[in-house]
Amino acid sequence: MHELSICRNIVAIVSDAAKARRVRRVTLEVGKLSGAMADAIAFSFDIATQGTVLEGAALEIKEVEGRARCEDCGAEFSVATLFDACACGSHRVERIAGEELNVKSMELEEAA
Amino acid sequence: MCATCGCGKDATTTVLNLQTGEQTVLSRGGHHHHHHHHAHEHVHAAGTRHSHSHAESRAHADAGTMVDLEARILAKNDALAERNRAWFAGREILAVNLVSAPGSGKTALIERSIRDLKEELSLAVLEGDQATANDAERIRAAGAPVVQINTGAGCHLEADMVARGVSELKPKVGSVLLIENVGNLVCPALFDLGERAKIAILSVTEGEDKPLKYPHMFRAADVVILNKIDLLPHVDFDVARAIEYALKVNPEITTYQVSARTGEGLDAWYDWLRREAAAVREAALI
Repeated sequence: MHELSICRNIVAIVSDAAKARRVRRVTLEVGKLSGAMADAIAFSFDIATQGTVLEGAALEIKEVEGRARCEDCGAEFSVATLFDACACGSHRVERIAGEELNVKSMELEEAA
Repeated sequence: MCATCGCGKDATTTVLNLQTGEQTVLSRGGHHHHHHHHAHEHVHAAGTRHSHSHAESRAHADAGTMVDLEARILAKNDALAERNRAWFAGREILAVNLVSAPGSGKTALIERSIRDLKEELSLAVLEGDQATANDAERIRAAGAPVVQINTGAGCHLEADMVARGVSELKPKVGSVLLIENVGNLVCPALFDLGERAKIAILSVTEGEDKPLKYPHMFRAADVVILNKIDLLPHVDFDVARAIEYALKVNPEITTYQVSARTGEGLDAWYDWLRREAAAVREAALI
């Protein structure tokens, strides 16, 4: 359940930046190969935000598909796992997308 | 342990110094533990999820202020890990992070390594477990200084816990620090502790397809140690296939086959430790 740790980090990042203003929405970018599950983050988010300026905020998760580049033949292709081989047979592939674990943006309530 | 979210009532991390018997609490601004059931989630256009509480949905009509953050979620842990790494490098300490499923023999491997190498290398251990100091007691009996970190509900060690543990343990200049992570093949893969290498341990009483089932861990590891090979005559474990799977997930991984119980194969692992410890000392000279 490392998603709970991840959500605590999200709360720390967003509440630092919000400087005591209420947060209405948080947008994340979560790669499908990041090792964190979007469902579990959504589930942990409500728990981690309790009693913070993020409490009740909407959570939007943009999932990013995995993409890789073959280090042997240079081809770029979609990957569903960390160990998909290139069509040329090589396992030496560099992942270029799908491992994102970022807070993209937040939406704040207007200051009163 | 809370059945709803997996977090414990006691989310506190404690650090026990086995040398002094002193126990301290790691203060990390824990979360409030209340579940609320008003939130709901719906799936929108491809790949976008969205959940909000009923109270907040009414507020959507007002324009809010959008702020771009573009922040890596684990940046804080990664920064603390880099600080640990610099601290280890400056003190010529080889720090390794031992990860595995529960019961694959991490503690037995560490005990045996201490008994075999303590005349030659200065070894110190950080023990991570959710609860109890049982493993730390075993390490102390084997003859190395040890600090136990109990993560409470936490399923992995994080960099701040290691920083705190090290400040208690005070490993010597030029020593080897073995960090035994919480038994778990999933979560520890995401949290850098500042180690030079991750060592994944897989015992032959487990499935040989674990590298495929837990690819993040085997991808992140530098070395995989196949443990309990003395049991191979009694189990169906296919060593060649396990190594093939590990290399499929991580073509750079180094594999050793050992029995921490009989000592078979351990020399190659000890040579790795000697080589890496020497490399850390050499790097400090440049």
